[in-house]
Amino acid sequence: MTAMAVPLGWYLGLAAALFVIGLVGVLVRRSLIVMFMSIELMLNSVNLTLVAFSRFHGTLDGQVMAFFVMVVAAAEVTVGLAIIVNLFRLKASSDADDVDVLKA
Amino acid sequence: MTPLLAQTEAASGSAEFWVFIVIGAVALGSALSMVLLRNAVHAALMLVVNFFAIAVLYATLDAQFLAVAQIIVYAGAIVVLFLFVLMLLGVAGDQAFTGRIAGQKTTAVLLGLALFGVLAAGVAAPFLGEGTACNVPVEQRVDAEGPLCEGLAVANADGNVRGVGFLIFTDYVWPFEVTSVLLVVAAIGAIVLGKRREDPGELTDAPASAVPALRDDDDDEAASDEDAAEPAAAGASEDDEEGTR
Repeated sequence: MTAMAVPLGWYLGLAAALFVIGLVGVLVRRSLIVMFMSIELMLNSVNLTLVAFSRFHGTLDGQVMAFFVMVVAAAEVTVGLAIIVNLFRLKASSDADDVDVLKA
Repeated sequence: MTPLLAQTEAASGSAEFWVFIVIGAVALGSALSMVLLRNAVHAALMLVVNFFAIAVLYATLDAQFLAVAQIIVYAGAIVVLFLFVLMLLGVAGDQAFTGRIAGQKTTAVLLGLALFGVLAAGVAAPFLGEGTACNVPVEQRVDAEGPLCEGLAVANADGNVRGVGFLIFTDYVWPFEVTSVLLVVAAIGAIVLGKRREDPGELTDAPASAVPALRDDDDDEAASDEDAAEPAAAGASEDDEEGTR
């Protein structure tokens, strides 16, 4: 009997690739908003890992965890974008390199 | 499990394979374009494509509730918020790459590839190959009572939404209540952060020209044009923002 055709490792590999793309995006881009989008991408890839493991183990706990990650991501986006808007009011720029007030 | 069910499961397994290949390619391509596209609005749209692709993967992984929640929460709310801020600030076009550190781009890509190598070898590789789609060893998959490797078939017997809801309101009810507090705090925080201060220019040591939206005294003619345009936009956005939240 064949069980599920796609092995867990493929989902994990895809999620790892998405995570790394998001990470490189955070490191490479200068725009705060695009960096933020990359962070969302990383959160999503971790969610994919959780859901894949949820099926692997045959329990729904992973999906509940992914649900909580979604809620926290929504809260984080709200506050983060408000901070970006505030920064833009102060600096007239959404460039991460312009936020250097603490630089000696 | 009856032979009929076994057949349908095998058939849906091969369908899952092709869905995974196609949707995985879409997810990877949209993620790459999101990072590579210079226009931030295009990047946001690529992010939508990526969220939809991941929602499809959730559906193939028997997580129907999360697939719908993904579309509603991410593609519906979060990306709209991103686009809203992009349009509000007017910073969509031509976002630059790389920072001030020499060779930052190359280093970032190399480190990313190294991390992918570590993750693929350490996390993904052990679960490749035959019989790794579930955690029951191959030789124990079928006993007298039937197959043991049934994925989420048992957990989803009453439907995925019912299963997830049952867990949330029993085992995870305390974290669930805490998230409601978190959401309230986040909403209040966003409102407080979005409020206009009396004279925010005092909070920064930037020159007056760097804070066009906040100063109404005209130091010179060149700056006054920007001053005239910005307060109106910022004022309108203020109302929209509070209305949204």
